Amino acid sequence: MKVQSRKPFEAIVGTENIKYSQAQLLAYSYDATANFQAKPDLVLSPRNSEEISEIVKICAKEQIPLVSRGSGTNLAAGTVPSQGGIILLFNKMNRILELDENNLTITVQPGVITQDINAYVEQKGLFYPPDPSSMKISTIGGNVSENSGGLRGLKYGVTKDYVRALTFVLPDGEIMKVGGKLAKDVAGYDLLSLLVGSEGTLGIITEITLKLIPLPASKMTGVAYFNSLEDAAKTVSAIISQKIIPATLEFMDKGTINAVEDFMSMGLPREAEAMLLMEQDGDPEQVERDIQQMIAIAKMEGATSTALASSIEEAELLKAGRRAALSALARKRPTTILEDATVPRSEIAKMVRAIQEIAEKYKVQINTFGHAGDGNLHPTCLTDVRDAEEMHRVEQAFEEIFLAAIELGGTITGEHGVGEMKAPYLEWKIGKSGIELMKHIKQSIDPGNIMNPGKVFAKETKMRLVIRGGH
Amino acid sequence: MQESFKEHVSEDHLMDCMKCGFCLPACPTYLITDQDETHSPRGRIALMKAMRDGDVVWDGSVEDAFDVCLGCRACEPACPAGVQYGSLIEETRVAIQQVKPQHVVAKSVRKATFDGVFADQGKMTGTVKLVQLYQKSGLQKATRKIGFLNLFPPFMQEMESVLPAIETKKKRTFSAKPKTTRVAFFTGCLMDTLFQETNKRTIELLEWLGADVQIPAEQQCCGALHGHSGELEKGLRNARKNLDVFDSDDFDYIVNNAGGCGAFLTEYENHLKEDSQYAEKAAQFSRKMIDISSLFVKLGMNARLKEMKSEAHSIVTYQDSCHLRNVNKVILEPRSLLMDAPGFEYKELIDASSCCGSAGIYNLLQPEMAKRILDLKMKGVKELQPAKIVTSNPGCLMQMNVGIKREKLEHEMQAVHIVDFLYEAIQKQS
Repeated sequence: MKVQSRKPFEAIVGTENIKYSQAQLLAYSYDATANFQAKPDLVLSPRNSEEISEIVKICAKEQIPLVSRGSGTNLAAGTVPSQGGIILLFNKMNRILELDENNLTITVQPGVITQDINAYVEQKGLFYPPDPSSMKISTIGGNVSENSGGLRGLKYGVTKDYVRALTFVLPDGEIMKVGGKLAKDVAGYDLLSLLVGSEGTLGIITEITLKLIPLPASKMTGVAYFNSLEDAAKTVSAIISQKIIPATLEFMDKGTINAVEDFMSMGLPREAEAMLLMEQDGDPEQVERDIQQMIAIAKMEGATSTALASSIEEAELLKAGRRAALSALARKRPTTILEDATVPRSEIAKMVRAIQEIAEKYKVQINTFGHAGDGNLHPTCLTDVRDAEEMHRVEQAFEEIFLAAIELGGTITGEHGVGEMKAPYLEWKIGKSGIELMKHIKQSIDPGNIMNPGKVFAKETKMRLVIRGGH
Repeated sequence: MQESFKEHVSEDHLMDCMKCGFCLPACPTYLITDQDETHSPRGRIALMKAMRDGDVVWDGSVEDAFDVCLGCRACEPACPAGVQYGSLIEETRVAIQQVKPQHVVAKSVRKATFDGVFADQGKMTGTVKLVQLYQKSGLQKATRKIGFLNLFPPFMQEMESVLPAIETKKKRTFSAKPKTTRVAFFTGCLMDTLFQETNKRTIELLEWLGADVQIPAEQQCCGALHGHSGELEKGLRNARKNLDVFDSDDFDYIVNNAGGCGAFLTEYENHLKEDSQYAEKAAQFSRKMIDISSLFVKLGMNARLKEMKSEAHSIVTYQDSCHLRNVNKVILEPRSLLMDAPGFEYKELIDASSCCGSAGIYNLLQPEMAKRILDLKMKGVKELQPAKIVTSNPGCLMQMNVGIKREKLEHEMQAVHIVDFLYEAIQKQS
């Protein structure tokens, strides 16, 4: 259903908070996902929960789709308004509302940039660990909706592990609050967890209370370079099996190393086949011990060279390099398609090998980087959307990568969400009954299907490839 | 219009953008508009592509999205994917210029700029003589009094009020060192007319550092203003003339003292790489091109400044020239000179790297946006309270002076060109 009249919306948000020009609609027709684009009918910037409630009520009555959008860094087309309708922005809801140092919580509006939260609490000696690679750009509302991960996921978990309370607007316009500042709460179904990662399909999040922890006293960062992917993967397994839980354990293959070096000129060795970036934080003695032990393990597993960052700046630079990996890879070919297939960390080596074989089989260029420590890999295909034949091979390769991940006990997405891009594969992971149950939940909360329609659930599930390595 | 976009805007460059959004926090217009994606590099690139593909048709909103871009190119160093945004916006402006007649104000400003004063140095000098007459004859005072300027857009009035007083006499202060380096000076049109004094001091300081400074005659405006406004061909016409004039093995360096010009001059190579007659000359020219701060550093000015180091009496800060920073990547050199300058303590300005809103003739064409950007800049200035705000480009210099005047801070601080700042700091010591 298209928006019939913008008048009632204009009355709610004011003329300065409504966008509908051709340029504006086009500028909100995409996110960071390749090959997905659709124009909304209207773009609104509400200023509070009440305004959102009013907007939702009209949409419910007139069956208008609503897509909430943070900074549009989404990588699964979760914020593309593929059915038209309204884009809800949070650029006018971007305040930090309260820092509660007694309960160690911070309450924010969804439009706050995640890095600003990190920086704000760190000044006070507190720590908000989730750090998606996009955190300089992405909003906390987007992170909560997608249940984003990040470089520190291995030790500290993902966004859902820090969400304590949410205010949200239901698809009938009702404003509701779940959770609280309390540490323990087992009253009834866990609606808080249901909302986190629901990708805007169940309601509009308008206020977020996050758990904070004390800022670790120190941290150290090291790197190790390898002649083979296998050696790097074996190092990851060995570190975990020796009962070290590093704050960060990141992996980049040769192509990624070179792309990052092209962008940042930070002196990475271009000839290395793989690199591991490791960080430990906490008590200084423990940090020193762990990092030295990780370096020793890397050497034992065949690292060609290792190093410790000598300053905070150097450590930050290494991490910035890793965060820029995806975009830096985009230099190589016109179109960049990234996946976040995830496996149990013991299976990392097998998964990396499988990705390489699949790329060779379909003659496509795939570079891999990712959060090796938590098994969350980002095989990234460099291609050209204008070449239909190649795109077909890319699609086949990705299908096979998803399948390989699932066969190894993994999943189709570790931190980016299902969105529209991966909707056809969701059933592979959760099965028919899983899809049915999820659809029942969606149906009972959003019977009119106005909240981000077309996401998470696909019209059709992809047929599985017949045999891996076959045909 | 779609055809014009197809013809002029490179599809390959457009495809380089993978819409990751890393450019967003770097873009001043995105931030100043409460994160309006229309005013972000990613949004504009999407619009360029949509124009090309026919997904939007040309209208005021599309035009506005391109017009609002400052061309500061802060998005380029922020872009991991290496998108050449500068080329894209230049190509877009060419595409538009081919088809679209301009508004009256824009038209008159543009005409005066591109076909008038900036087309050849003779006209520029003539204009300056007029300005001189205007200032000397008391006409400036009279004009201000009778409110003649009220006929112009408010921003132009403010620009008028900060025009530097044009000096005519010349005297030498410093003695030159024996010549060791041969330097050709690209004088620039604004720098050589409105800011003549700064140019004279540039030469004096270079000679003081042991450079043999030549000024090739008949050099032209660099063409940057044309290039950034869709008149690339006119800009390149000037470029070719300059390449002929500077084509000599006698120079170790070609130096400029205006950030905006410097960027375009180093990009001659890029613009003329397909031109069989000029490609090689352009490559050689761009290789030798250097900005004044970098050359001062190379010629050992820091050591000489340190020798005369004296107690700091006031604060000096630095506002980057966007093009010097984002295109030529000159960031540390001017700062190092200010840190070593006697009599001042250097403090970094908040968001020194973000555009001041001057951006060529942007402040004339987009006065409202330019004002908002400048207001934000002045917030940081007020917090720091420097005695001197040093700049590396005439546009930034005038813009910062507009800001100072608007905040009524003229008695407490001054915006100065880095050459003038150093000249005066050194002069005080000797």
